[in-house]
Amino acid sequence: MALKIVKGSIDRMFDKNLQDLVRGIRNHKEDEAKYISTCIDEIKQELKQDNIAVKANAVCKLTYLQMLGYDVSWAAFNIVEVMSSSKFTYKRIGYLAASQCFHESTDVIMLTTNQIRKDLSSPNQYDTGVALTGLSCFVTPDLARDLANDIMTLMSHTKPYIRKKAVLIMYKVFLKYPESLRPAFPRLKEKLEDPDPGVQSAAVNVICELARRNPKNYLSLAPLFFKLMTSSTNNWVLIKIIKLFGALTPLEPRLGKKLIEPLTNLIHSTSAMSLLYECVNTVIAVLISLSSGMPNHSASIQLCVQKLRILIEDSDQNLKYLGLLAMSKILKTHPKSVQSHKDLILQCLDDKDESIRLRALDLLYGMVSKKNLMEIVKKLMLHVDKAEGTTYRDELLTKIIDICSQSNYQYITNFEWYISILVELTRLEGTRHGHLIASQMLDVAIRVRAIRVFAVAQMATLLDNAHLLTGNMQRMGICEVLYAAAWICGEFSEHLENPMQTLEAMLRPKVATLPGHIQAVYVQNAAKLFATVLKNQEGNTDSTAAQETSQLMIDRLPLFVQSANLEVQERASCILQLVKYIQKLQQKDVEVAEEVCALFAGELNPVAPKAQKKVPVPEGLDLDAWINEPPSESESEDEQPKAIFAKEEPKHSRPRHTEVDEKELARRREARKQEQANNPFYIKASPSSQKAYQEAPGVEHIPVVQIDLSVPLKVPGLPMSDQYVKLEEERRQKERADKKKKEKKKRKEKRSGRGRKHDSGPESEEDITPAHMVDIVTEEMPENALPSDDDDKDPNDPHKALDIDLDKPLADSEKLPVRAHRAAEAPKSPAEDGEAENAASQEPKKKSSKEKREKKKDKDRDRKKSKEEKKKKKHKHEEKGEDLLGGQADEPVVQSEETNEVAALPTSTSAEVSDLDFWLSNAPVPSNTQEAATVAEAAPVPEAASGTAPDSEPEEPKDTEMEETKSSKHKKKKQKKEKEEKEKKKKKKHHHHHHHSDGGGEESVQNGTVEEEEPLPPMSNYCLLAENSYIKMVYDIQGNLQDGSQVVVSVIFENKCDSFLKSMEFNVLDSLNSKLQRPEGSGPHDGLTVPFQLPPGVSNEARFVFTVQSIVMPQKLKGTLTFIVKNEDSSTHEKLDFKLHFTCTSYLITTPCYSDAFAKLLESGDLKCSSVRLEGVIMPFHHLLARICFHHHFSVVERIDSCASMYSRSIQGHHVCLLVKTSGQTVSIDAKCDEPTLLGNVLDEIKQTFSQC
Amino acid sequence: MIKAILIFNNHGKPRLSKFYEHYNEDTEQQIIRETFHLVSKRDENVCNFLEGGMLIGGSDYKLIYRHYATLYFVFCVDSSESELGILDLIQVKVFVETLDKCFENVCELDLIFHVDKVHNILAEMVMGGMVLETNMNEIITQVDAQNKMEKSEAGIAGAPARAVSAVKNMNLPEMPRNINIGDISIKVPNLPSFK
Repeated sequence: MALKIVKGSIDRMFDKNLQDLVRGIRNHKEDEAKYISTCIDEIKQELKQDNIAVKANAVCKLTYLQMLGYDVSWAAFNIVEVMSSSKFTYKRIGYLAASQCFHESTDVIMLTTNQIRKDLSSPNQYDTGVALTGLSCFVTPDLARDLANDIMTLMSHTKPYIRKKAVLIMYKVFLKYPESLRPAFPRLKEKLEDPDPGVQSAAVNVICELARRNPKNYLSLAPLFFKLMTSSTNNWVLIKIIKLFGALTPLEPRLGKKLIEPLTNLIHSTSAMSLLYECVNTVIAVLISLSSGMPNHSASIQLCVQKLRILIEDSDQNLKYLGLLAMSKILKTHPKSVQSHKDLILQCLDDKDESIRLRALDLLYGMVSKKNLMEIVKKLMLHVDKAEGTTYRDELLTKIIDICSQSNYQYITNFEWYISILVELTRLEGTRHGHLIASQMLDVAIRVRAIRVFAVAQMATLLDNAHLLTGNMQRMGICEVLYAAAWICGEFSEHLENPMQTLEAMLRPKVATLPGHIQAVYVQNAAKLFATVLKNQEGNTDSTAAQETSQLMIDRLPLFVQSANLEVQERASCILQLVKYIQKLQQKDVEVAEEVCALFAGELNPVAPKAQKKVPVPEGLDLDAWINEPPSESESEDEQPKAIFAKEEPKHSRPRHTEVDEKELARRREARKQEQANNPFYIKASPSSQKAYQEAPGVEHIPVVQIDLSVPLKVPGLPMSDQYVKLEEERRQKERADKKKKEKKKRKEKRSGRGRKHDSGPESEEDITPAHMVDIVTEEMPENALPSDDDDKDPNDPHKALDIDLDKPLADSEKLPVRAHRAAEAPKSPAEDGEAENAASQEPKKKSSKEKREKKKDKDRDRKKSKEEKKKKKHKHEEKGEDLLGGQADEPVVQSEETNEVAALPTSTSAEVSDLDFWLSNAPVPSNTQEAATVAEAAPVPEAASGTAPDSEPEEPKDTEMEETKSSKHKKKKQKKEKEEKEKKKKKKHHHHHHHSDGGGEESVQNGTVEEEEPLPPMSNYCLLAENSYIKMVYDIQGNLQDGSQVVVSVIFENKCDSFLKSMEFNVLDSLNSKLQRPEGSGPHDGLTVPFQLPPGVSNEARFVFTVQSIVMPQKLKGTLTFIVKNEDSSTHEKLDFKLHFTCTSYLITTPCYSDAFAKLLESGDLKCSSVRLEGVIMPFHHLLARICFHHHFSVVERIDSCASMYSRSIQGHHVCLLVKTSGQTVSIDAKCDEPTLLGNVLDEIKQTFSQC
Repeated sequence: MIKAILIFNNHGKPRLSKFYEHYNEDTEQQIIRETFHLVSKRDENVCNFLEGGMLIGGSDYKLIYRHYATLYFVFCVDSSESELGILDLIQVKVFVETLDKCFENVCELDLIFHVDKVHNILAEMVMGGMVLETNMNEIITQVDAQNKMEKSEAGIAGAPARAVSAVKNMNLPEMPRNINIGDISIKVPNLPSFK
């Protein structure tokens, strides 16, 4: 043996190991890829060998190659093989490889469930550890569901090493399998107080991570965390807790008040910067959550700002960075306290570290005011010039635009200045943000009417000098600006000084090198310009000028007609034809300018981006309703559709509509005006100025024209915005002087004088007035726009599923899935394990079939699980019925329990809430009593998710719902006890359900949900096998689809006594027809050991496989269960006889069948007929069907009113078809089957089922 | 949560990559390349935090890195982690020092030839994206215990393999062993360590 191993490893040493591989790769620098591909071929050879050491070595190398970017998923199965090695060395290699390359869609993962489970329960803590580590990387929803219970057990492992890993991995399990959160949470909470600091830290870690996503569910843990915070010395844990509090405080301001003091103490005392920083951060969060105004808070802010200033001034760049980061948080709520540190922040803009400069930029965003905007932007522009990297420069550019455009250009006093800043920005080399600048230009030009003249002049200059922007290809990003320029010049062409020149510029041949969408805009706006030019020229007496213009268009446009871009081509050819026509008219001396202008008349209004979405659905309009009758039912409509449209639309719907609309619109408009008047952020158009525009759209009426644009403005390539800073300065001084004067003079006179002279600006209450009468057109929103709704919630967020109320007591159904069904197959001790493995390797075929079987069971459990969820969540009985039809349900449905549950709820939740309230109210806050009332309302009470408890005020439901429970704690306790008892009962009940346990289920209408059809009573297929004072057995028999000769008997053993039951042996006297499957090597009369022991009150399920030959007749098998009852002092041997009843039903397997297949089957004529009548059946038809489906494994093919066809198949492939009809209390069942005996027996059994009702 | 831990050298060659969220191999390589580009162009004395990785994370995520001699250690974390805490985790007391202890004066070559061991050490420190242990001694104890187990398992069977690998490694001294991360014990004065 040893020799063989040595021989194996001698072989092995000639294989490359990881080090050789790495060395090889390093030696083949030139042809690395080729070398690696030969290595992969070698690895493939190695993986084919039987020696696990060789395989492990190969997998180890693959892990390395994976890091280099090679896909190794093809070896997934080999990785699983290595994982399942019994040697730790190889196991570790396997798990590492798996953690690096397995993911949710790796299909072999489902083969690992049992292996991982085995490793988790390994006596060697490192096996467990390695499995946990690996699992944390590749856990899937299936694995999480199957292993949740095992991991939860590990959370109480004796070794802290395992405990902490188990605790930590629970987070991943929760994410993948949210149902596990509630059952596992109590234990997780326990671990917060684990004696081992590592475990404690892990628990804090997990809960913090959970709470960060759904903080409101974890508020009740605040006292516990508070205790930990004041007692822990582990900085890592402290940081986590403090961060958690940062997330909790926004929900509960009282918590914040309680926190401030200890946090302030920590800030003063700690030497760890990381802790100090997090404290400051949380204090900031607290301050944000509290309404400011309390005197001691300004002290806290001062403390924070002061500490942050120290951080920012520190030479350590990391601290500087974090200081700025935290500062920006304060900025949002307390801008004043930050603004005093402007110097420091501006200084940071000069830092050589880009991250720090970016942070400082963020801060600047919040620090601008009307006063300093120009100054700050000027400084930023300097940085733009200096900046080297394009990313930073782009960042600067976006920041400048952000700063200026924030809150509807609130801080801009002089839009000319802003336009010139934008124009200056277009000169940036290689920026990506041409588009951004362009959209700003468009936005400003459209929304600020007063600036249009200036903007148009600037844009014309830009167009004239387009070659500067398009000069080299690197600047392609910036040519987007030309899009805006062309559009503005075209749209507002009436303001152009020299439209002809601009038109000429827009039709230059060079334009054809621009991107297509820009050319398209050029062409379109050339047409607009053309219209303007015509209009101007026709006014003159000389008609040749106009004709020359047309000729220019006709000469230049063909270039665009040839464009490869469809849009350009289409527009160009369209316009070309138009111009040709115009030319014809011109030659006949027809005045065309008016008509041409009419083509482009009308104002474009900006529409808010979300406007479309916010249009409210008018009352009475059902968007899902059919507009016409569904076509199938009314074919006649198709024949004369015209009549319908012609008649209906114009005659009545239209006119009525408009009438209503007009009135309604007027009303809405009024309402909106009112709303806007009340909205301080809505920048109103002053009525007077608007009127002026409307009356006289002429150029001279716009005040801006008056500004004598200094010549340099028109010279491209020179910075000009600087002048505005000076101008602005002067203007402000003048204004101040004016103001003084004004105080003496009368107001009215002044105003009339100023209407035209815009430099002086109109007076206002603010210290600085805008240079223009700024008339910002707000973006249009639909009438009656809905208030802003949640536009940006990500429905795919995995953490959403974890938003689970944790204070609600556990329901009985909320158990982690225990792998009860597999108990009989999962070996218990590692010794047996080894054997099993040997056996498996000897007979690979058998193993695979076993796997298949297990897979199937997995599926079964899946189905069951999902069913349970549905029951729980939706309480939709109709659906449940369907479910029952669909799958084999072997889990009892316990509905009456949930009503208990609901009744028990309010006590505990309100108790929790009041606990928290009590703890919080201890906070030394003077205004507590007053505030408490309001807070109580606002405080997110852990909602009683049942929905029955009215959730208005936390104290109320107690009073109303629970009658007298009010404040007497005594009673509450009593109630709790009762509840516990009930729960115990429930647990027992859980396994007791038989056929007829439906008595209590009928009245259990849950949570007030109103059902159309009566709810289904709970059903169970488990029937009593045998019972004595020690033990009770219930069983259910299911056919095995894979194997036509096998059925599986699931037996639930329940220990009824106070003693320990062990060494249970299950034995059956085989008949000729049916045999119990025993492990190989055991005699035909040996019993099967039940693979578990039963402590008092516990039940568990085992499965036994039987082989049957003929399935047409029911059978009974005699059997015995022997077991040892162990007390503290004595142990006795007991036995219990039983009779296993194999009904014919148990050989049927629920198989879905489509109606067409069903019809064919009936037509085939191979089936024998039989029928049965049931009298006195008092139950709804759907109950009846559900019962047949559930107890007799049928599925409904089709149901029409009180008639249904059903189908099932036996394990040996017999088809069984039923036609069930009901009238009054009589049910008739006609049945067809290819095996008459089987059919007869099945019908008898159905009859039996209903006679028992 | 930690989203990824990357170690690469001054030329961007990956020495260890551990992603706690699944990406396919190509994306992983892209992320490594992108991270390298972001990190490598930064000066020595700038801050160790970095935002704006395109591929990994998004706005909530940060890169926190340290540069030692020839190697970059990069952690990609979200906002639930304390920046300074992670920085300490990389160096002071934890990751790099543990490597230093386990490899006795760790150098890039150790990481090149023993990625698996580095993974094993890392697994004792961070699990599934969450920090498992911050106590260096505890980590070393567990790593040693596991290595001991591995040795005992190898037994006689491992002897010849070890001999061969010893022979193979004879050439090793020719390789420059002086790419040492010599100044590993520089403590950042302003960052009092975790106790």
